[in-house]
Amino acid sequence: MQLSVKKRAAAKNLTELKPGEEGVLASLDLPEADAQRLMEMGFVPGHSVTRGLSAPGGDPRVFRVDGSEVALRRETARRLILK
Amino acid sequence: MGDCHGCPNNIATLAPPPGRGAPARSHIVAIVGPPNSGKSTLFNRLTGLRQKVANFPGVTVEHRMGKVKLEQGRDVFVVDLPGVYSLTPRTEDERVTHDVLSGRMKDIPRPDAVLLILDSTNLSRHLVLAAPVLSLGLPTLVILNMADDLKSRGGELNVPELAMQLGSPVALISAAKGTGVEKIFQFLSGATMRAAPKAPLIQLPVIQDIPKCRAWATNIGNKTGYHAPAPPLWTRRLDAFFLHPVAGPLVFLFVVVAVFQTIFNGARPLMDGIDALIKTSGAWLGHLLPNEALRSLLIDGIWTGVGSVIIFLPQILLLFLFIGILEDSGYLARAALIADRTMARFGLQGKSFIPLLSAYACAVPAIMATRTIEDKRDRIATILIAPFMTCSARLPVYILIIGAFIPDKHVIGPFLGMRATVLLGLYVLGFVAAILTARLLKSTVLKSRRSSFMLEMPPYRWPTVRSLALRLVDRSKVFLMRAGTVILGVAIVIWALSYLPLHDGKPPAIEHSFAAGIGHFVEPAIKPLGFNWKIGIGLITSLAARETIVSTLGTIYGMKDEGSQQGLQQALHQDLTLGGAIALLVFFAFAMQCMSTIAVVRRETGGWLWPGVQFAYMTSLAYLCAFLANHLVSIWS
Repeated sequence: MQLSVKKRAAAKNLTELKPGEEGVLASLDLPEADAQRLMEMGFVPGHSVTRGLSAPGGDPRVFRVDGSEVALRRETARRLILK
Repeated sequence: MGDCHGCPNNIATLAPPPGRGAPARSHIVAIVGPPNSGKSTLFNRLTGLRQKVANFPGVTVEHRMGKVKLEQGRDVFVVDLPGVYSLTPRTEDERVTHDVLSGRMKDIPRPDAVLLILDSTNLSRHLVLAAPVLSLGLPTLVILNMADDLKSRGGELNVPELAMQLGSPVALISAAKGTGVEKIFQFLSGATMRAAPKAPLIQLPVIQDIPKCRAWATNIGNKTGYHAPAPPLWTRRLDAFFLHPVAGPLVFLFVVVAVFQTIFNGARPLMDGIDALIKTSGAWLGHLLPNEALRSLLIDGIWTGVGSVIIFLPQILLLFLFIGILEDSGYLARAALIADRTMARFGLQGKSFIPLLSAYACAVPAIMATRTIEDKRDRIATILIAPFMTCSARLPVYILIIGAFIPDKHVIGPFLGMRATVLLGLYVLGFVAAILTARLLKSTVLKSRRSSFMLEMPPYRWPTVRSLALRLVDRSKVFLMRAGTVILGVAIVIWALSYLPLHDGKPPAIEHSFAAGIGHFVEPAIKPLGFNWKIGIGLITSLAARETIVSTLGTIYGMKDEGSQQGLQQALHQDLTLGGAIALLVFFAFAMQCMSTIAVVRRETGGWLWPGVQFAYMTSLAYLCAFLANHLVSIWS
């Protein structure tokens, strides 16, 4: 957790993925309950995440993770930090 | 799977569990699975029409209980639990599932066995749920659903090996097509339902640690030769269209208009048909009944009263047919995605959109449709604002008053008349009240962190006729039950109030009835709105259902004949000022005059708190705005 806070400025998050681009999840900078729920839906650190399509206007966005597609709002996607 | 030979003592049979009284309890089997695993499809497949919906005591989560008929004439009860990703009791759904499985739920004995249903096309992730379920120690059948998808997309899996690894029988099935379901019946008949499962070959992981559970699931997948299928090609293609920046919103708009149009116009002939049927059958029955009081009660009271509600059945069925198609095909998730940003402005989310749209037909099915919203605060906010949407029961009232008071003139060219403008204005008024209320609620009592929105996009699938039909039967049952109980009671009370007290054995003129007494009693309170005692009676009777005011006013103004709406409009013209008429329209736009809605809100929120708050809020708002409307119009005109 400490690490991800320090590296925040440099670290890439999910919103910076371009359509079709893939990244490996490093950490979830979210309250415990939300992080748990996201992990249950497939956002487990170490897994790869691919950006899919989005709603008109670009928010929320669909991400392909662990065999399924999950839509997240920008403010949530921003908190998912990539390696 | 037939590994039970030689262990007859362990086979769970019909024998009652030891220590229980004489009446043998039927076995209870719980269906557990993540969302989108095909849980409900399986439940429908197993139970068919032998099912009912109920709420767990003290919580808002509903569950379905159904009976499965087995070959030897035995029954097994199946409980469909809410879709969960884990058994950690964080959300209400998870707590309910956890409590039922551990035998802590009041009124439901601990299940004798578990059907764990997982999506075989997404096995590695869904297997995560197997760890906590298997560690419960209940006899468990692991059901891998969507076998047809797995095969057609080139996925692979060694089923016997997986059964070995998990220490539980495994069945690969397709719940939608019905293939492989016989293995579930075998399990339920006790052939493989053992008292305690064999110890799994591998150690179960620490359940709280999701990354560890996930690694455990991958490990099992590898050991059993699981090959994830190729991504769903058709879903990608369809999404490229349905989520296209230009085509997407257009399709969305088209769907919305089609739903709207069908609810309004498509249902019209059916509704007229039911209306005619009620009237002619009422008249025909009337001839058969010699006693005048009995005839009046049956025809004027019960037949017409209950009929005025049953008439909405076609609209409700069409609406649920639409929602069923949208939900089962997977488009509903896309619609929620497209609507999310707009709904977020009012503090709501994409999943609130369809229920609110449905509320234009009737708030009752709309409130039932909010079950798709997982976030509890968002769900309550949606339930609370749904009755502001202009439902079809308001329409007869609007048409009567507008016809009587608004001149039939053009506003802009020949296209938009003044009457249509006022009608449109009333629709906008309800909508504005809804979104302002949503903002108010979401920034105060129902405030939530906005980060909690996450929505899984299931692959597109063909909806099955079977599942759609079951859904419609289910909803009709719920709706007709209400019409047969609450509405029936209210219809009888209203009839009695206008039929009594008897004068020389004859019913009184309406101005001497108990109803009139009540009307006179409330008159001082509604005078500032520009209403007299006759409107007062109408307002009271419309507490049952809004459109009741039309028939009540008809009775009060002595318009016995149904075809005399024009006569009623003239009579109203003499009794109401323009200010009073506009106030009445505004009052109906805001007030929560609908017993059915109050009843369904109580059921869905699990108590009287929210319907109470809602009724008080909407009635105060209606009173205040009607008061303002009456005085402003009086000043201007």
